Amino acid sequence: MHQEYTVIEGDFVNAGKASSSVKKTLKQLNVDPTKIKRVVVALYEAEVNAIAHAYGGKVLVDIDSDKIKMVVADKGPGIPDIALAMQEGYSTARPEVRDMGFGAGMGLPNMQKNVDKLNVTSEVGVGTTVEMEVNF
Amino acid sequence: MTIREIAKLLNATVCIGENRMDEEVEHAFASDLMSDVLTLKETPMLITGLCNVQTIRTCDMATLDIIVVVRNKKVTEDMLELAEDNDMVILSCAYSMFKVCGLLYEAGIKPLF
Ligand SMILES: Nc1ncnc2c1ncn2[C@@H]1O[C@H](COP(=O)(O)OP(=O)(O)OP(=O)(O)O)[C@@H](O)[C@H]1O
Ligand SMILES: [Mg+2]
Repeated sequence: MHQEYTVIEGDFVNAGKASSSVKKTLKQLNVDPTKIKRVVVALYEAEVNAIAHAYGGKVLVDIDSDKIKMVVADKGPGIPDIALAMQEGYSTARPEVRDMGFGAGMGLPNMQKNVDKLNVTSEVGVGTTVEMEVNF
Repeated sequence: MTIREIAKLLNATVCIGENRMDEEVEHAFASDLMSDVLTLKETPMLITGLCNVQTIRTCDMATLDIIVVVRNKKVTEDMLELAEDNDMVILSCAYSMFKVCGLLYEAGIKPLF
């Protein structure tokens, strides 16, 4: 099953729409609730990052019987030093983002903890792609 | 402790979730930081001063469904709608985060860590 969503820069009101729709789908498919939580938490973190740090982008989700693959690809400033960005506590979040309760530098490390496979690629001035997989 | 007892202790308004007042609550977690809420494996009651749609969305993602909003922050219509879709409870009270935590801790609600 393939699903696609669009996320828009700065659109915090709709941040999480993709994740919550994926949550509903996985529930209908009777996926183990602890797996569902891992999937949606990781996807939500990636979605919020595309909204908070980039200029929006696309969420692509592929679900099959034994795993889910998620890709969050944004157009944005990119991440100059991915290893640094992956460190807990590192954040360049703007004040507006902090006002929404984000910007603790915990998102990427949290994605790492929740998924079975994480791959972050980024080109400065072009954008960032986060690929994640969770096995059911 | 039931949600009803918690509401009474905190002198809180039940914004949504009247149907769940007899449910028991054992653990609570207090934070304004949604990044932090998203790292929880457990599903405690959330005590928070952050009151916007993202609070509710984050709880939905983290599968927390009982929220205490402190300092009388306005719970908006779109928050209520999202909470209703997810069968959540939202209590709103005038007390500070510190007082809410103190009262609940004293009444036997347990911390996660
Ligand atoms: N999609 C992205 N585009 C550009 N920069 C990004 C992107 N995702 C992450 N970053 C950079 O990496 C940093 C760390 O990201 P991470 O998600 O770990 O923390 P955060 O978003 O700052 O805070 P939190 O996730 O705790 O709310 C960000 O502050 C930002 O500098
Ligand atoms: Mg983040």
